[in-house]
Parts: sequence; C-alpha cells; structure tokens
Amino acid sequence: MVRRAALRHPARSGLLVLSVAVGVAAVIVLASLGEGARRYIGDEFASLGTHLVLVLPGRAETAGGIPGMIGGQTPRDLTIADATALRRSSAVREVAPVAVGEALVLHGGRSRQSAIFGTSADLLPLRHWKMAQGRFLAPGDLERAAAECVIGARVQRELFGSEPALGGWLRVGDRRFRVVGVLATEGRSIGIDVQDLVIVPVAAAMQLLNSSSLFRIMVGAPSRESMERAKRDVEAILVARHQGERDVTVITQDAVLKTFDRILRAVTLAIAGIGGVSLVVAGVLITNVMLVAVSQRTAEIGLLVALGATRGRILGLFLGEAGALALVGALAGLAVGIASNLGLEQALPQLDLTPPLWVLAAGPAVALGTGLLAGAAPARRAAALDPVVALRGS
Amino acid sequence: MIELRGIERHFHVGDQEVHALDGVDLAIGAGDYVSVMGPSGSGKSTLLNVLGLLDRPTGGRYRLEGRDITTLDEQDQARTRRERIGFVFQAFHLVQYLTAAENVELPLVLGGMAVVERRARVTAALEELGLTARAAHRPEELSGGPRQRVAIARATVTHPAILLADEPTGNLDRRSTADVMGRLERLWRAGLTLIVVTHDPEIGDRARRRVRMVDGRVASDESNPAAGDPSPGIDPAAPFPA
Repeated sequence: MVRRAALRHPARSGLLVLSVAVGVAAVIVLASLGEGARRYIGDEFASLGTHLVLVLPGRAETAGGIPGMIGGQTPRDLTIADATALRRSSAVREVAPVAVGEALVLHGGRSRQSAIFGTSADLLPLRHWKMAQGRFLAPGDLERAAAECVIGARVQRELFGSEPALGGWLRVGDRRFRVVGVLATEGRSIGIDVQDLVIVPVAAAMQLLNSSSLFRIMVGAPSRESMERAKRDVEAILVARHQGERDVTVITQDAVLKTFDRILRAVTLAIAGIGGVSLVVAGVLITNVMLVAVSQRTAEIGLLVALGATRGRILGLFLGEAGALALVGALAGLAVGIASNLGLEQALPQLDLTPPLWVLAAGPAVALGTGLLAGAAPARRAAALDPVVALRGS
Repeated sequence: MIELRGIERHFHVGDQEVHALDGVDLAIGAGDYVSVMGPSGSGKSTLLNVLGLLDRPTGGRYRLEGRDITTLDEQDQARTRRERIGFVFQAFHLVQYLTAAENVELPLVLGGMAVVERRARVTAALEELGLTARAAHRPEELSGGPRQRVAIARATVTHPAILLADEPTGNLDRRSTADVMGRLERLWRAGLTLIVVTHDPEIGDRARRRVRMVDGRVASDESNPAAGDPSPGIDPAAPFPA
C-alpha cells in the first residue's frame, strides 16, 4: 500500500528520490575524493621514507629578511659539493642529492620520453625502494658521472621487451648508460611514476639536463630524535658554505606532514559540510513533499482511522513512506556515487577513489535518518488529524 | 447493545459554544434497524460519529455491548472500531489507487489478519454483494451503485456487530438507491444492527425505528414493526432490473 501510494505521485516521489540520491552520491564522491587525496599525499610521504630532512634551494619564508640581500636575485645554486659537505655531520646518515628532468631514452629501435632522476646510492635506503633485478647505483664520489643507470619496470618493458635489460645499453641524450638494475617498486614519487624512471648518477644527470642547481637534497637522520640536530647541522653547514647567507630552505618531514594534516582536516570538514548541506536540502524537500502528501490524503487518513487504524499505525505508515523513499534514493545515490567514482578514476588515474567503507555505510544511513527525521513532523500531523474533519475534508 | 445516556458534544466556534449534541439518551438493541433523521445541523451526523467512536462526547456515558466506551484509550477504541463497527459514507471513501478487492481487504490488513484467511473473507464479502466480477476494478472504473457496494463489503468484511451508514444513498440515483438499501437491509436481516442517518424521508421510513433529531436532542422516537420487509419491486436477491 505504501509502495503504491508513492507510485501514485511519480513526479513528487521521483523528485524526492532524486534529491536524496544526489545528496548521497555527492557525499560518496566528495568523501572518496578527499580520502583519495589523503591517501595519495600520505603515500607520497611514506615513499619519502622516515627521518627525512629536505633541503630546497631558495628561501621559502619572507620573514626574517636577510641583510644585504639584493631584491630579485635568483637563489644561489644548490650544488653536488653542498651535498657532499653534508656528510660531515654525525646526525646525517644518508645524503641523496636529486636532479630531475625529462629526456628521450633509446634502446635499439625503440624510444620513449622518460623522467630522468639523478641521485646517489643513498636514495635506495632513504626511499625504501626495492630492486627487481641487479643492483642500485654504486656508492662513491658524488661528482663522478658513472655511465650506469637503474630503470623502472615500464621503461624495461617498453624498451627491452623480452630481451634481458641487465647489462644492456641505454642512450639518453648524447650519453650512453649501462643498465645495472631494474626497480621492483611501483607507485609514485614527487608526482612521477617510479615505473617510468631512468635513474642515473647525479653528476651525469646535471650534465645531461644542463642544469647548475640540484632540485633538492634528501638527508636521512639515523633516528627520529636526531632529526632536529640533523636539520641544525645541515643549515649550519650550508650557511657556512654560502658565505653566511641563509638561502636554502631546510624542512623536516614531520613539519610537512603536520601542514598537510592540517590542510586535509580542513578539506575533510569542508567535504562533510558540502555533503551535509545536500542532505539537509533533501530533508527539507522530504518534509515538504510529505506535508503535501498528508494534506492531499486527508480523507484517506480519516478513512483509515474509521476502519480501525490506530494513531501509531498512521504514524508508521507515513514514516514508512518517507523512509522507503529515502531508502530508494539512498540506494540510487549509492549506485550513482560509485559509478561517478569509476568515471572520475578514469579521468584522475593517479588517485585511488575507492570509496571508504564508512562512507558507503554512513551516506545511506544518514539519508535514511534524514528521511525519517524529515517525515516525522508530517507523519505526526497525519496521526493527529481529527477523523471527522478529515472525512469531511474530501 | 448501544446505550447512550446524557451524551453531549460541544464545539467552540469562535467565542460561541455550539451544542451539536445536547443530552441524548438512546438505547438500541442488537439487530435493530434505526434511521436517524432531522434537518441539517440537528446533530445526526455527530451522533453517528460518536456511535462510531470517531468523535468523543464532551459529556455523558456511552456503553457498547456492556462496556463503557468513553473511558477506553485510543488503542482500544481503534480495536473496537476495527472489530465491532462498520462505516458506510455518502462519499464512499474508497481508496482510488486500490482495486475493489484491495479496498475490501484494507480493514483486515489493519487488523493484521493472515493472508489466506484474508483472501477467503474478501472473496466471500465480494460475492455477498455481487461484486465478484468487479474485484479487480478500480473505484474510478465503477459507477455509484457498485462503488457503494464495495464500501459496504469493506464495512462488513470484518463481521462487525453494528453498521453505521451516513447518507449512504446521498450520491446515488433512484435505481442504485433501491439496490444499495436492499443490500443493507439484507445484511440487517442476517443479524447486523443497522443505523442509517439520512435527510430523505423515503429512506428513513423504511426503518423499523425512526429517531428524529432537532437541535442536538432526540425529538421523536417511533417504532414501525411492519417496516423493513422487502417492499414489492425491490428484491435484493434478484438480478439487476433490466
């Protein structure tokens, strides 16, 4: 009976179901986006490794201006010699200078555009990367541009196919590198897919990419406790090397994580707010639609009372209708939300948009709750109708 | 079976107090056939609503089958309505989106009866009122007479003790009026207590007992033992006149 009462007003019920569906779908898509972004950023940091201190060229803060600095001056280069100097500190265990660029990579008749990653042997323990075959870059003098490289899995697949990659020669720009290892690691690092990487000694990369400054220096401290000391040491060493100028930015992973945590919390709140607003709108609509339904079905309510329906029964009938419509809307929203996520995943392949389980449960639950809450007032009005007046009202 | 003592029903309309029922004493025995007549505003519909527990009197006592009804709570009143009382209205009050059979089934659904028993009762009630062929029709597909027959089937499917009819023929033409009254009277002869509210003397005169209301009081109450027998030309068992 409830079902058919709903079908009797397809436009009204359809609108209601649609509004709930939009609300639930919005919550699912937005929450999945937020979660995906959080996971993405979290993974990025996890892939950076722990106890990490980052050195970036240039000064990020504007506060505490440096006396005698000429405005508009480009920041001093961060060099391989700077990186080597950092090894003097006892709080520094690993030093991995990083130079990044892109170049055409050739092998045999095949070629592809690849990300070139110039670094040192210390990068492997810093990033917790795993080797599939061979070894990583050889340790030693950072200034030495050895003609060896480590490649990502996709580079291997596309350039070598079924032929063995280890020991093979790769042509990058005007240089040749012998492949000494293949990375097993998948995933992303500073926005680049590790599988697409060609890793070469940092000195070779600087020459190849014709750059004078490192992209950054990654410094590993032996423990969490020694990170602050590592940061101070790094700053002291680089200031001394740069004629007393604080022209680099030194950040610890902790600080960065905290910043992103703050941002993500705000984003999550905003998302919850947006989803909440759409469900509140749906709730208001449900209340309205149900009030109209009650006033249109006054005579029917009077009849049901005359036929011996209790007040509780009438209340349940209208609550049931509101609940059923909200439930249909919630299920539709669930389907639309998941479908939209799949669509979005095609457009944003770097984000994992699998909706978190709590959203799949909470979205429809909140919709159902909203439906019942919004239907409560109209249902109570229906139950309180005077049957005599209701029967006369037709 | 029904015992009303000093029943009052007062309404407040603006500052004025309207006495729809102003001290009604009335006793109706089981199996009686009573018509309630009177000008509009005389309180006859209010009386029917009080009898049917749709309206609570503001004063007086109402005993139904030995029980004081006025003190029952809402649940028990609903149960009494459901099990002991059937209503037939002038405007039929059929649910438009349900078929004839489903309309008849409605009070049984509200009573929580099992499906199998429900179906048997509905089939019997539809057959009793000659509606078997119309079971799957919706109210809008039926004309006035059959509609009221569906309403009668719905009112009697629960096997109530009392049938309350409020202007049951008010929306019907002459031929349907004769048909519907014949059906009601046949149910009465089968043992139902029948109470009909009407302003039409032709309908009211058919009853065994005629109660006249004026200004919320019983003005006259007379018996007519000969009435209620099938009058010539109206044979409810006969097929519809050609």
